[in-house]
Amino acid sequence: MPPILEVRGLVKHYPLTRGVLFKKRIGAVKAVDGVDFELAAGETLGIVGESGCGKSTVAKMLVGLERPTAGQILYKGEDLAALSGRALKAVRRNIQMVFQDPYTSLNPRMTVGDIIGEPYEIHPEVAPKGDRRRRVRELLDVVGLNPEYINRYPHQFSGGQRQRIGIARGLALRPEIIVADEPVSALDVSVQAQVVNLLERLQGEFGLSYVFIAHDLSVVRHIADRVGVMYLGRIVETGTDAEIYDHPTHPYTQALLSAVPVPDPDARERRERILLTGDVPSPTNIPSGCRFRTRCWKARERCALEVPALAVPAALHDVATPARHRSACHFADEKHIVLGGA
Amino acid sequence: MLLEVRDLYVEFRTREGIAHAVNGVSYAVDAGETLAVLGESGSGKSVTAQAVMGILDMPPGRITGGEILFQGRDLLTLKEDERRKVRGARMAMIFQDALSALNPVLSVGDQLGEMFVVHRGMSKKDARAKAIELMDRVRIPAARERVGQYPHQFSGGMRQRIMIAMAMALEPALIIADEPTTALDVTVQAQVMELLAELQRELDMGLILITHDLGVVADVADRIAVMYAGRIIETAPVHDIYKAAAHPYTQGLLDSIPRLHHKGRELYAIKGLPPSLLDIPPGCAFHPRCPRARDVCRTDVPPLHPVAPDRRSACHFWKETLDASHS
Repeated sequence: MPPILEVRGLVKHYPLTRGVLFKKRIGAVKAVDGVDFELAAGETLGIVGESGCGKSTVAKMLVGLERPTAGQILYKGEDLAALSGRALKAVRRNIQMVFQDPYTSLNPRMTVGDIIGEPYEIHPEVAPKGDRRRRVRELLDVVGLNPEYINRYPHQFSGGQRQRIGIARGLALRPEIIVADEPVSALDVSVQAQVVNLLERLQGEFGLSYVFIAHDLSVVRHIADRVGVMYLGRIVETGTDAEIYDHPTHPYTQALLSAVPVPDPDARERRERILLTGDVPSPTNIPSGCRFRTRCWKARERCALEVPALAVPAALHDVATPARHRSACHFADEKHIVLGGA
Repeated sequence: MLLEVRDLYVEFRTREGIAHAVNGVSYAVDAGETLAVLGESGSGKSVTAQAVMGILDMPPGRITGGEILFQGRDLLTLKEDERRKVRGARMAMIFQDALSALNPVLSVGDQLGEMFVVHRGMSKKDARAKAIELMDRVRIPAARERVGQYPHQFSGGMRQRIMIAMAMALEPALIIADEPTTALDVTVQAQVMELLAELQRELDMGLILITHDLGVVADVADRIAVMYAGRIIETAPVHDIYKAAAHPYTQGLLDSIPRLHHKGRELYAIKGLPPSLLDIPPGCAFHPRCPRARDVCRTDVPPLHPVAPDRRSACHFWKETLDASHS
């Protein structure tokens, strides 16, 4: 089966200009700088990375909130850039978004019913006017909110409830794909679990495919089937959740995993922290060769000269091991990271 | 004991009524010790710290009871000018958001130096030299060149280091860190926590770490106090609590976090929402969400029962809870 969504060479550069009248281009913020991935139907792809790595920009391009500078987004093999008018609208209906901040992503002057029903204004074919209130009530019920709340306003709800409203809105058009950008990171721990469980239940119920973007590696491990690790605009390592978490081969992934605080005080002594030096370089000035080399303890001369491809490392080609997955490092090598637990 | 908070009560007057933010909190920290105060938003963990630090907004806030003993003196009976001598010099605070905690129109060097000018009466020139020394100490590269720069010219991790430098400047006996790494990325968070722990060891300071992150607590704390609706509901040495919780809320939190080392099945989710501080349920505040709640929980506020040495739980059924979480 072809993937439901495929991204090829996706790029987003924001030009930097100087001057008012004669704008001169002096550079670009390379937010996303060549990203490839596939999403199979019914699957969850987790994208992890630190702030500024471009993961949210990828999300925005997937749902059409930003136009790519280059590259393709293919929905069931069809290039979105080649579509327009009615055909594009039909595809857009199938790719919906859930936002991070349930406080700013809901219009405070609209009732919950109007917020969840608003997508029907743009896609009236999904629900005829007379049927919309009923649909909205149904959606409220599906996400675990009382359908009687239909006339309330966002401020009357807690953060977790608001996130449920955002999810209901995302489901309104019965999409096949949901792009969720940090959907639980603004929530308290006890509420976060409720929303994660809800997302998993909805996936089973409606056969949804998720692109789940988050900085919290534990949440992503829990929810994702496959994971892509982003650094400075690119995916540096990708594989199944077990491949990435239990057999990471890219130094950045290894450092990231070793830095996550784990809720297990006994792991304190057993864990080896890989402390990276310095900060992430600016996306206006990306290092030559491997973009991670300025913080990498393995970096050698070759890393400054050659851009490493995201591919199965040559040394692991013929070995049957979970370490055999794609990793953009010239010196990719498995390293066991203690992640807690016995 | 370096700091002892005894039966502290804080409330806020709001338009909707009185919010009972802190309802009889007691905790203690010794020199060289790290106490983690864990709680969700609205649990009262930050308000307690603000009361200790003496930076509570009053009004609308009001301390209605309790004592805060610091090096043997009750801070609540001190006059404001005496209090000011303690604050900054002998106890200091690190905030979550360095960008809003630092002055945007003063250079980093001036802000660091100010500590020495105000509290130690140093000359501007000597204070500048001290500022550079501090920046070196928190490992800000090229301190001499960057001392004249402004907060916005530093990255998030570097700003947090500057705030740590400022807190450490006068070598205080106690540091209160309120979500010091929550706004930072994991790799930077690890660097900052490491730095904080190292300086604490060196100066033998007491550290109160306020956080919602059970991972951070496990990494650095000696003891933990879990707060819910303005009360401490469980307190224990850190190793004990992760082995087995003696309060259903703690147990619920531990069960509801996804783990890095395995995929796991459906997450346990504590039902419902934390209560409004305007309307805290009678009896045990956690009872509407508690899987173990019985009649007594709806009427009687559970005291902090001693469970083991240095360990207490505010649950009528702490024994059952502890036994169940052992198995």
